[in-house]
Amino acid sequence: MSKMTIKTEGDRFVVVTRRFAATPEAVYRAHTEPHLIQKWMLGPEGWTMPVCISEARPGGKIRYEWRLPAGGGFCLTGEYLELEPYSRIVHVERMHLPDPTPDNQVETRFEPDGGGTLMTMRMTLPDAETRSRMLASGMEHGMEASYVRLDGMIQVVI
Amino acid sequence: MNASHAPTLNAAFLALSDPTRRAILARLSLGEATVMQLAEPFEMTQPAVSRHLKVLEGAGLITRRAEGTKRPCRLSKAGLDTVDQWLAMLRDALSKNYDRLDQLLVTMKSEK
Repeated sequence: MSKMTIKTEGDRFVVVTRRFAATPEAVYRAHTEPHLIQKWMLGPEGWTMPVCISEARPGGKIRYEWRLPAGGGFCLTGEYLELEPYSRIVHVERMHLPDPTPDNQVETRFEPDGGGTLMTMRMTLPDAETRSRMLASGMEHGMEASYVRLDGMIQVVI
Repeated sequence: MNASHAPTLNAAFLALSDPTRRAILARLSLGEATVMQLAEPFEMTQPAVSRHLKVLEGAGLITRRAEGTKRPCRLSKAGLDTVDQWLAMLRDALSKNYDRLDQLLVTMKSEK
């Protein structure tokens, strides 16, 4: 498989790990600075993020708005809870589909790993109803994406 | 999700990485359907649908029963479990994002 792992922890959490060939500082900045976030946290090909608010301080606001190629879009809002530059971020987030999903608390760690960074992201597994809603939303957007010959999808753009 | 679940998980991820297959599962969540019934809304040929069904069946997400030549499909217990589907979607989204982030990190490095 690739350098990403994703697995459940009990029935409440999901843990994602990924290695990057850059310093923890660079990876941390790419997760917190709006002009950088807008360049990669985009989901399927063709999506854009015209609005990106990321106030990287405890209590700071998060707001990402995605626009889909076929029109329409959705957004995610949240708040930062804890920040330890360049090693750890704790934030809470929710998707608006358009009704808000239950709050998802996410802890992201960045550790030096050889010359690069090991990122570990731990989030709450959404409950069954929320998963169904996210899937329905993702399916809708995924089908749209496939019509314009895009090779993938989804929405749970964390 | 316990350890015995793991072997089917990769197959499930693969099966679910395709939007058409996810849409087929969504259709089957409404009830049993034949290949012909599935082919219609997707504007696909029956052989194309059959190929997708084979992948879904191999991943243990659907089961098929014999009824003459029809072999209608329905969701298996695993197919009903949205955890796997949700994880597959998450994997898809994150893979794309992180591949883009790899590129961005290269650019950031050269800008230094």
